[in-house]
Amino acid sequence: MTFEEIKTKLKNYTIGIAGAGGLGSNCAVALARVGIGKIIISDFDIVYESNLNRQYFFKDQIGLRKVDALKENIKRINPEINVIDNNIKLNENNIVEIYKDCDIIVEAFDLAEMKKMLIETCLSELPEIPVIIGSGMAGWGKNNAIKFRQNENLYICGDEKSEIADNNPPLAPRVGIVANMQANTVLEILLSKK
Amino acid sequence: MEIILNNRQESFDREKITISEILQIKNYTFKMLVIKVNSKLIKKDAYDIFEINEGDNVIVLHLVSGG
Repeated sequence: MTFEEIKTKLKNYTIGIAGAGGLGSNCAVALARVGIGKIIISDFDIVYESNLNRQYFFKDQIGLRKVDALKENIKRINPEINVIDNNIKLNENNIVEIYKDCDIIVEAFDLAEMKKMLIETCLSELPEIPVIIGSGMAGWGKNNAIKFRQNENLYICGDEKSEIADNNPPLAPRVGIVANMQANTVLEILLSKK
Repeated sequence: MEIILNNRQESFDREKITISEILQIKNYTFKMLVIKVNSKLIKKDAYDIFEINEGDNVIVLHLVSGG
């Protein structure tokens, strides 16, 4: 497919992104660059200086709500993307309401218990929607440990091992790799649709 | 009995086994797990009672913080 054909096709789809931190901001930007029609982002947090080591925000956006800052950045890259932003903390109930019409949901939380909550909610309440999760990306190096696997409608990106800790922080390179793997998986799913 | 665990063939020396027993035998000590058996999500409160049978397809997904 040419890029024109890809853009034309991607325009028809809606991607839900749950979380606008390291995974969500980078994945959203990758999807915006290739021309996804609509992106639904949700996050309750604001931009902190400590986020700038990996998240797609700028120094002058510190203090802004993450969803507002991300929407602004997406629009600066590609104003044609329809961005729906929810400044909200996601839970078992509002996930279904917010993401039920998405073609794909990208899990982009930081905490393992939130990842688990989203996966369990989607598997039981929205079983038809593919869910792409990121698990295991803290630290640096170990390129070969980062992998991808699929089980039915669940797609898993990451090394499934590296947990964040004071001496093993999440950093732009590995978080970016996994966020872009998630975006790449979105394209793989959508561009294979008839 | 033989089952598929995370896409790999695994043998256990018994006819039935609970999810908790599999986690113990395989040394899965992680807290945040998502488990599916034959496409069905199994919640944590059922791990002690849910029995895995010959030929079942079990997915154990370990979630780690970071993002």
